[in-house]
Amino acid sequence: MNLALKDIRHGLFRFVLTCFGLGLLMTVVLAMIGIYNGLVSDALAVVKAPAADVWVVEAGTKGPFAEASSIPADTRDAVARMPGVAEAGAVNYQNVEAAHTGQTLRLYVIGYEPGRPGGPQAIAEGRGIGAGHFELVADRKTGLLPGETIRLGRDRFTVVGLVEGAMNSGGDPAVYVTLADAMALQTELDPAAQRVQTARGAVSVKSASVATIIARMSPGADVDLLTATVRQWKHLAAMTQVEQEELLLASVVDKARRQIGLFLGILLSVSAVVIALIIYTMTMEKLKQIATLKLIGAPDRTIIALIVQQALILGAAGWGIGLMLILTVKDYFPRRVVLEPFNVMVLAGIIAAVCLLSSALGVRAAMKVDPATALGS
Amino acid sequence: MALGDILIKVSNVAKHFGEGETRVDALRAVDLTVRAGEVIALLGPSGSGKTTLLNIIGCILAPSGGRVVLDGEPVFDGKWLRRDLRRLRLDKIGFIFQSHNLLPFLTAQENVAVVLDLAGRPTEEGRARARELLDYLEVGHRAMVKPALLSGGEAQRVAIARALANRPRIILADEPTAALDGARAGLVMDLMRKLAVEQEACIVTVTHDEKIFDRFDRLIYLRDGRLADA
Repeated sequence: MNLALKDIRHGLFRFVLTCFGLGLLMTVVLAMIGIYNGLVSDALAVVKAPAADVWVVEAGTKGPFAEASSIPADTRDAVARMPGVAEAGAVNYQNVEAAHTGQTLRLYVIGYEPGRPGGPQAIAEGRGIGAGHFELVADRKTGLLPGETIRLGRDRFTVVGLVEGAMNSGGDPAVYVTLADAMALQTELDPAAQRVQTARGAVSVKSASVATIIARMSPGADVDLLTATVRQWKHLAAMTQVEQEELLLASVVDKARRQIGLFLGILLSVSAVVIALIIYTMTMEKLKQIATLKLIGAPDRTIIALIVQQALILGAAGWGIGLMLILTVKDYFPRRVVLEPFNVMVLAGIIAAVCLLSSALGVRAAMKVDPATALGS
Repeated sequence: MALGDILIKVSNVAKHFGEGETRVDALRAVDLTVRAGEVIALLGPSGSGKTTLLNIIGCILAPSGGRVVLDGEPVFDGKWLRRDLRRLRLDKIGFIFQSHNLLPFLTAQENVAVVLDLAGRPTEEGRARARELLDYLEVGHRAMVKPALLSGGEAQRVAIARALANRPRIILADEPTAALDGARAGLVMDLMRKLAVEQEACIVTVTHDEKIFDRFDRLIYLRDGRLADA
């Protein structure tokens, strides 16, 4: 006879309500884990997207994400000719705001040279950029659809394809355009502003600089040798892919990451206290029944099983409800909520440990109960 | 195992609480023998030591001195002679409480069967024994009902069934009829006596209920921790 299940069935509504409350708490915990992962994942998405081995940037900067970087576009040819480099591409990054169907879209514009590194790795829908100008490939989160047009700067671009998971560290969805279009977008002025500049005698406000040169190495080539060689050119700096990722996490998203991490820690602590209180209270309410069980001869293992099983069922139900809810609502969050099976299992382990520790408090109280208290009225 | 066997033998048992100026002697050199088939009542004013003696016989409270033998087995002689007192209670002693103390999350049948379940008997055996006892006590029709929906008399009869489920030879009852009216109290005591005789058990009851005094073989008075047969 399983006393834990019988007791749960007896007060089923109350138990389900408690599980649901705990489930909501677990939803928040899982959401925070997902937001934390999403922040890191989003931050790394833009760095990982081009599948680069080496990033060549302006000397003295930690560009192109942590700091602004500007280098001549023709540096790409020099880098491409270096030993071990399989291919190289020049890339530009900039944030723009554009109006679309009455709403303002904040976009992360990535300019790249089609056929060279820096563009999208996989097209989810439509096609890649085929023409020299005024085509773009957008992340699905922009809400843009293939065939639609959108005005960026002075030009109107046609959406030819969609990608997924392309964004900057701030969560702004990315659009890919050709490098030429991106440079024009960055430098071309409004006609009135252009006239003022001309009147002031400015020769040209156009620039032929890009943010970075991305290089992919031939199999077996020495990445460190390339970065060391590039650094010998005084006007350039070079970072490996790993260094670029570490830099992004250590500087660009570090504070946000730590903030969410700390909040997650507090949330887990609160959850642990809440679980402990629920289980302890559940046990304290049963002390008279536990005294009766002791009096009629129930061994300690029966009483321990009653408390521990209920605690674990409560924890498992709370975890399950939390997981179900977060999987249902996670796509409605404005930023990505990334839940890895590992995180979910670790949380299950933490909850199980908290339930066992909390039930230990209840078991301690139950073991102290004098069976004689059952004899009183 | 037969009627007339000595089931409870308490010799020179004393119990005091506290030490020095705060010392209270709850029991002083008590001797008591109860035989199979006997139904006795412990009477006395509040604080006379009735419940203390019941708790000592029930192996819930350790005496300060003396010797206790239950169903032929010495269980206390200056110290407990068995470590598994709960197993001893499960095998030899049945308890009936003033407020029946049925487990609220079990049905009447499960409340009886749980004792056999704890004793490691098969579920089917527990269920059959519970049905048999509940039918005998005329509450079989309420077997699947939870205690909250039972009347006082029904609940007390289920509690009696639970106390008898594992066929203990010693039944200890603390004010078992306090919550019942006179007729029902007499009926419950008659049932207990009948079962005690059939199972060759003894019943020791703490009671203040004068309506049922005539149902006992012996009335034992306690005053200031000492016994006096009436």
